[in-house]
Amino acid sequence: MVSSILYAIKEAFLQVGRNKGMSLASIFSITAMLLILGVFFAFIVNVNVAMEGAKQEYDTVQIYLLNETDEASARQMLDTLNALPEVKEAIYLPKEEALEQWKSQWGDSGYLLDSLAENPLPNAIVVNVHDLVGANAVVAKAKTFEGVEDILYYKETVEKLISITDSVKIATMIMMIFLVIVSIVVVSNTIKLTVQARGREIEIMKYVGATNWFIRGPFLVEGILIGLFSSAISCGIVALIYSKVIELVGDDLLLIIGIPLVPFEFLTKNLAVIFIALGVSIGAAGSVFSMRRYLDT
Amino acid sequence: MIEFKDVTKYYKSNIGLENVSVKIEKGDFLFLVGPSGAGKSTFIKLILKEIDADSGSITFGDKDITKLSNRDIPKLRRGIGIVFQDFRLLPKKTVFENVAFAMQIVHCTKRTIRRQVPQVLALVGIENKADKYPDELSAGEQQRVAIARAIVNNPTVLIADEPTGNLDPDTAWGIMRLLEHINSRGTTIVMVTHAKDIVDKMSKRVVAIENGHIVRDEFGAYGYENDCKGIDGEGALGKYGQ
Repeated sequence: MVSSILYAIKEAFLQVGRNKGMSLASIFSITAMLLILGVFFAFIVNVNVAMEGAKQEYDTVQIYLLNETDEASARQMLDTLNALPEVKEAIYLPKEEALEQWKSQWGDSGYLLDSLAENPLPNAIVVNVHDLVGANAVVAKAKTFEGVEDILYYKETVEKLISITDSVKIATMIMMIFLVIVSIVVVSNTIKLTVQARGREIEIMKYVGATNWFIRGPFLVEGILIGLFSSAISCGIVALIYSKVIELVGDDLLLIIGIPLVPFEFLTKNLAVIFIALGVSIGAAGSVFSMRRYLDT
Repeated sequence: MIEFKDVTKYYKSNIGLENVSVKIEKGDFLFLVGPSGAGKSTFIKLILKEIDADSGSITFGDKDITKLSNRDIPKLRRGIGIVFQDFRLLPKKTVFENVAFAMQIVHCTKRTIRRQVPQVLALVGIENKADKYPDELSAGEQQRVAIARAIVNNPTVLIADEPTGNLDPDTAWGIMRLLEHINSRGTTIVMVTHAKDIVDKMSKRVVAIENGHIVRDEFGAYGYENDCKGIDGEGALGKYGQ
């Protein structure tokens, strides 16, 4: 067993060395494939994180209270809302506090709000829900309250956003699957050439009584080696590109749309794991496919 | 040892073998003769389980190989040595490596390989060529390497598919003597051949196949007019076979 594995590894290195041209060609193609995949991956991870952020920011229902509604009845509403299973937390936001928040959001221009003669904001109850779906129940409940001026929530907007990102995710998935299949075909073609070059050897091995796995071993390791090389190279390149992107536009993005990019370490660590797994499986699958015809009997 | 019972194998447009029954005993030396396309190759392929019979049973030792699963084919083949007309050596490996290769496949240790390969090379008479590459050897020597490879794992049966087909008469006789020697050590030998001279002179068991049927099974002569003509119209062994 151990000797067979050692034999397979030794033979695989010899084969890669003997077919430098073809091995390089397939490493090149798979690297290109993984690069595209990696860029998609970085993109989709960022979209996903941004979506999660947006969901958290918008999964609230704001209940504006009439001016004449006093705090005591507001507290009553709070208790009712907090008792709902859909509600994570309901808090009372007096209009003074709301104005302060508004001011701090405006930052340096906040002084402009000082000129207001009267606080135009209503007292409000801000309800955080566990899940956006639960917002409906909260809204229904809030409608039964007296002393409510208006109920605001972003369910539709967020749902639209979710459906858009979902389609982006699905499209990316399909692209990725397609790329993986192409990679497998590329590897299997490379290995088919080495298999053909060693057809006689394989034939003799079969006559002498080698098991299929013994014959397959070196080719399997060859495929895995090609996959590993490719994933290492492409992971390095994607990491480099991503660090440049963060350097160049990270701060601007944060400023303009208020969304931070996924941290470099987090992305590259995950990317490395995914690439290695993908590279190894692409290599292994490619070699197994290319040998099928030779190992029929 | 090997027994065919009512074995039939059809190909798409022609007969491979039809209702063939034959028994090969342990230690037999058997010539398989007949015109090209008669079914000799089918016979060999069935023993190696390269193809499956349509009906009938083939036993090897105490196992019915028609019922053998694909997983067990390698085990079956380890009990069979095979030699071809075109030697089928690996050109980039030395004589020693070509023989050792067969032992690696069955997971022999390096020590066993180092001990056994020289013994087998000595047995086939090329112990001094261990470090040569196949293209540095004569045809007869190459066939000896092939035989060494076939017997190094001590198979119970050695199948030789026209082993003298590419050899000049003197060399062919050398190979026949070697096969006879291997046979005398207890290995069953099944040899496919067109060489009338050899079959006549060896007077061993001869099984003749024609059109998928065994038409003759007896000790002695080739039984056909010489169908393997040399350039000068003589048999494969020419005047040397006399």
